[in-house]
Amino acid sequence: MIQFLSTLWSYAFMRNALLAGVLVSIACGIIGTLVVLNRIVFISGGIAHAAYGGVGIAYYFGADPVLGAVGFSLLSSLAMGLVHRKEGQRADTIIGVMWAIGMAIGIIFLSLSPGYKADLMSYLFGSILAVSTLDLWLMMGIALLSLLFIALFYRQLLALSFDQTFATVRNVPVGPLYLAMITLIGLTVVIAMRVVGLIMVIALLTIPPAIANLYLKDMRAIMALSAGLSMLFCTAGLMISYALNLPSGAVIILVGGLVYVLAALLRPLLIRRQMPAEEISIIG
Amino acid sequence: MELNPHEPVISLEHVWASYEADSVLEDVNFTLYRDDFVGLIGPNGGGKTTLIKVILGLVKPRKGRVSVMGQPPEVGRQVIGYVPQFQIYDKDFPICVWDVVSMGRLKPGLSRLRMDDQDKLKVEEALRQMDILDLRKRTINELSGGQRQRMYIARALAVEPQVLILDEPTASVDPQATTHIYQLLRELNTHVAILLISHDVMAISSYVKTIGCVNRRLFYHGAKEITSEILGSVYGCPVDLIAHGVPHRVLAEHDQTQEKQQ
Repeated sequence: MIQFLSTLWSYAFMRNALLAGVLVSIACGIIGTLVVLNRIVFISGGIAHAAYGGVGIAYYFGADPVLGAVGFSLLSSLAMGLVHRKEGQRADTIIGVMWAIGMAIGIIFLSLSPGYKADLMSYLFGSILAVSTLDLWLMMGIALLSLLFIALFYRQLLALSFDQTFATVRNVPVGPLYLAMITLIGLTVVIAMRVVGLIMVIALLTIPPAIANLYLKDMRAIMALSAGLSMLFCTAGLMISYALNLPSGAVIILVGGLVYVLAALLRPLLIRRQMPAEEISIIG
Repeated sequence: MELNPHEPVISLEHVWASYEADSVLEDVNFTLYRDDFVGLIGPNGGGKTTLIKVILGLVKPRKGRVSVMGQPPEVGRQVIGYVPQFQIYDKDFPICVWDVVSMGRLKPGLSRLRMDDQDKLKVEEALRQMDILDLRKRTINELSGGQRQRMYIARALAVEPQVLILDEPTASVDPQATTHIYQLLRELNTHVAILLISHDVMAISSYVKTIGCVNRRLFYHGAKEITSEILGSVYGCPVDLIAHGVPHRVLAEHDQTQEKQQ
C-alpha cells in the first residue's frame, strides 16, 4: 500500500491531480451547498452543458478551450440567473433551451475544426490526470474566491437562500448577491468539469451536500463536510481508477454515489429522529 | 422614544395595483396609526397579500402614493417587522431557530456583516418575548406549527419594528396555539402598530381593535363593526362567516339576519 502511494506521489501528473482534487473540492463544497439549498441544480447543469459551446469555439480558433469554457460559462450563468430571477419556476424551459444551444454550438464548431480531437472527450468525461498549470491556477483562484465570498457574506447568503422576500425587506442587496453567487457557480462548474467532465458536474456539486445534509442542520457545517467528502471522493476515486485502469471522473462520481446510498441507508440507524415537539410548551 | 400615539405610520392614498392586465387593488385609501391593531379580512384572491406587498415596496402600485414613516416604502420598510405566510418555507431547510431570528438583525447593504453584542441581545430578547428562548438551538423541522409561527414573529421583533405586518399568522396552527399567538400580539400592541390579514374573521375579531375588508377595494372606517352591506359587497354572500359557530361579539347584530338567509 505504502509502496503504491509513494509510486503515485512520484509522478508529477499524479501530484497535480491530487492537488486539483483538493482545490476543486473546496469550491464544490461551498458552491454546491448553495446550489442545493437554493434549488438551482438544474441551472448548474445548464451552465455546464452550455459551456461546451465555449470549448468548441475556442478550439476552432486555436485558443485554450478552458478559456472558452470560462467565457461561455460566465455568459450562460448570468443569462440563466437573470431568467430565473425574472421568471421563477417558469424559467426551466428557457434554461433547457440555453443548455441545448450551448451544446449544439460546441458540437458544430468542433466538427468544423480540422485534426485530431480526442482530448475534447476530456471536457465531456473529465481528465483530472491531464490538468495543466493554467487549470491549477484557475482552481486555486476560484477556491479562494469561494472561501472569501462565504466568509464575507455568510449571513446574507443564508438569508437569501432561506427567505429572499424577508432579505429584500431588510434591504439586503439580494439582486447583486444572487448574480455574484450564480457567477461563482459558473466558475466552479468549469473547474469541476476538468475533474469529472461536464456530464457529471452536477453530481460532484450535489452529492457531497446531499450526504452532509442527511446528518447536519447548519449551512456552515454542511459546506465544510461537503468539501471534506468531495476531497475524499476525488482522492479515493483517483487511486482506484489508477489501480484498476478505469476513467477517473466516472470512478470519482461512483465512489460518491455509493457513499450517498450508504449514508442514506445508515441514517435511520445513526440518528434517532427527534420527534417534532407538537406539545405547546408554554401557554399564557 | 417620545412618540405621538396617533401619529400615522403607514399611509396609502388612492392606490391602484394590478398584475399584468388584472386589477387587484382599486383606489385604496388607508392610514395605520401608531396605536392601531387592524385586522384585514377578505376572500382569497381579493388582494390582501398584494396590499401588504405594496406597503413593503415589493409590488409597485400603478397609481397612487404609499408612504411608510413619511418615506417611500423601499426606505421606510426598515421599520416594518414582516411575518410572511409560513407555509411557503421549505420546512427541511437546515437552519436553527437562532439563525432564523438573527435575520431580523440584517442591515441594509453589505456594511456590518457580522452581528455585534447589541444584535445578539436583541435576538435573545425577541426569543424571550415569544417564549422560545429554550428552543433556539432546535432546527425548524423540530418545531410545532405554533412554535414555528412564534419564531417568525420573533424574527420580526428582532427588527425593533414600529409596525408588525402579519400575513395569515395562524393558518395551520392549532386553536390553542392560535389563542396564545393572539394574546402575545395584543401585548405587543402596547408599543407597536399591528396590521394583520386573515381570511378567518372569527379568529381575529376578538383580538383586533378595528377590522377592514379587502376585495379589490378596501372597506375600512377605523371601526370594529362590519356592516352586512360591507360583507355583502366583499364576499357576495355572508354565510361563510357564521358557519364557524363560534360565539362572538363583533358580528352579533348581523347574525340573526344572516341566519334567516341561511
